[in-house]
Amino acid sequence: MRVLVMTLWALCSLTAFAGAGLALDARAAVLRIDYPTLLPISRYDLTPADLGFAGAALADEDNGTTGSFLGHTYETTTVATPPERADAALDALIADGVRILVILARADDLLRLTDRAAEAGALVFNAAAPDTALRDQACRANLLHIAPSHTMNADAVAQFAIWKKWTDWFLLEGINPADQAMGAAFRAAANKFGARIVEDRSFADPSRSRRTDSGHVLVQRQLPLDTQGTREHDVVIAADATDYFARYLSYHLWTPRPVMGAGGLRPVTMHGAHEAWGATQYQTRFEELTGRYVQPEDYNVWLALRVVGEAVTRANTVDPDGIRDYALSDTFELAAFKGQKVTFRDWNGQLRQPILLYDGMITVSVSPQDGFLHRTSPLDTLGLDRPESTCTAFN
Amino acid sequence: MKALILSTALALAATPVLAGKAFVSNERSNDITVIDTETWEVIETFHGGNRPRGITASPDGKLLYVCASDDNIVRVFDTETYKEVYTLPSGPDPELFVLHPSGNPLYIANEDDNLVTVTDTETRTILAEIPVGIEPEGMGISADAKYVVNTSETTNMAHFISTEDYEIKHNVLVDQRPRYAQYTADGARLFVTSEIGGTVSVMDIAEDGTPDLVDKIGFEVSGVLSEWLQPVGAKVTSDGARLFVALGPANRVAVIDAQSLEVLDYILVGQRVWQLSFTPDEKFLLTTNGNSNDITVIDVASEKAIKSIPVGQQPWGVVVVD
Repeated sequence: MRVLVMTLWALCSLTAFAGAGLALDARAAVLRIDYPTLLPISRYDLTPADLGFAGAALADEDNGTTGSFLGHTYETTTVATPPERADAALDALIADGVRILVILARADDLLRLTDRAAEAGALVFNAAAPDTALRDQACRANLLHIAPSHTMNADAVAQFAIWKKWTDWFLLEGINPADQAMGAAFRAAANKFGARIVEDRSFADPSRSRRTDSGHVLVQRQLPLDTQGTREHDVVIAADATDYFARYLSYHLWTPRPVMGAGGLRPVTMHGAHEAWGATQYQTRFEELTGRYVQPEDYNVWLALRVVGEAVTRANTVDPDGIRDYALSDTFELAAFKGQKVTFRDWNGQLRQPILLYDGMITVSVSPQDGFLHRTSPLDTLGLDRPESTCTAFN
Repeated sequence: MKALILSTALALAATPVLAGKAFVSNERSNDITVIDTETWEVIETFHGGNRPRGITASPDGKLLYVCASDDNIVRVFDTETYKEVYTLPSGPDPELFVLHPSGNPLYIANEDDNLVTVTDTETRTILAEIPVGIEPEGMGISADAKYVVNTSETTNMAHFISTEDYEIKHNVLVDQRPRYAQYTADGARLFVTSEIGGTVSVMDIAEDGTPDLVDKIGFEVSGVLSEWLQPVGAKVTSDGARLFVALGPANRVAVIDAQSLEVLDYILVGQRVWQLSFTPDEKFLLTTNGNSNDITVIDVASEKAIKSIPVGQQPWGVVVVD
């Protein structure tokens, strides 16, 4: 019934002078946990102070412009917090009446905050955590995922490798749990699409002294030794979620091969050089507003709030359940500068989306690749498909 | 030899129209390709400014207007000499525009600034700037010229702007990423294409210009993923019988009965088909194909593609003058 009503509503001519619809005020918050981390390998990966928040500012502008024609207003609060104060920060937002949250946090914190938010009836968008379990056994009914999972990212890389006929992989995996989660996704992707992991190694070398004046000399000498003696392979797949070795690999391998995964060709939701499908306009707007290039986290937050905006516009509601129901319905669709509409998987709350393969300069390719077909949508060749998902919170 | 002469004579006899010229804007090579519409030969290529996209001609066919998007102006060329005669202020990033049937003013969509700019083509000044939705693109004008319709790609609305006071009188939500707005010649209908939504919204237009969203046209081509059926440019015959819709990366133009709204056929054209333009006699429909760098000529009566002509890099728009 709900869907039917919405369809009728959508067909109605919204001869909408401001005020023809209900006046609605959509309030949301972006909550970002800042973890103590080592400096990145590359200065280009330094975290801007407004990471994610900049996407929210753009989303408020975009949504607000549309809202001005409908009598809808949008206001998004942004909060950065250290991990130990995250719960208090969430409580303060809830106490302030916010029921729509976009969270940038690691999986364990995200889950705890999501459950806490659920007690207040709030809806949470995951804009950062890639852990596949969050879309699987640990899924939550009030948690929608804008960020792609490790599985989606690995599948995106794997499809490109298969398309290239690079079927023999040398998997180099970090020693941290996050690296191993990424590695597991690549092993599953190889299995899913018919690649072979002919060499599977853990990369235990401690972090290097690149920053010192002659650090590159050491990197240049050590890395070939770390990567010699492998079986014949077409490509090196780097599983390094903690950024301690993948960036070094491309020109320091024993056997010269392309690198994909955490280094070389990387799966991202967006980058500052992406131009296709009207994205140039998105980049221009973002840069004018923020004075810097867009990062995937900014795009993820922007997209989460655009989902909210689309639901407010089309379903005329700011209620968290109403937004969730509309987002998960067949009626929902959203343009996201990826050449096709993005929608949600109604079995685990994951956004379906094309994944850009980025070499640090340009969009090299976009997955899903040609020829990978699916009865529902080619986008469902990336990530956990309905039959594989053990998520029950959406039943 | 005799046979050749004969067939040439036949060809001439079969097309007694005056030779026209098609002007194609190439957004990557920054030039304009000129094609003779009788011989379908490229006769000239000239510089069109930086990122030329929207392209139209004055009612007398003497002036060519080009949105030079990256120059933030409209460049005006002589259609005989191909010389730039002057420029018009357009506001930033002009993408697409529509000319008042009288030749003045020009209504311009400023994609980066969420504005529609109204420019007087004689005094060469800006008359008005109208705030619209995010990423304005499509521009259409009603038959009585009382309304200009702008579509905004991220706001997903058709904004109906009064040409008298430049106020928005109606906003109609359509499907994702509306690209183009096309009125029928009698002004009773408006078609709005939605690229990502994959539909064409059909509005009935009342006497006073009030729109009423009555239907949506969808597309289906066997062997083509539905994601790639992306409606962009659209043109309707002046008798209101046929609507042609360019389907972008599906590399096809849909042929639609503009009365029953039934999709009758799909014509295979070049890659990433973008904008469309009839020849003035409506015998031919030209399509710009952005990825194959050519245009396709469609014979309107038989609804068949008859020729493709290589042009510059990433052809965007096309207009034909007699």
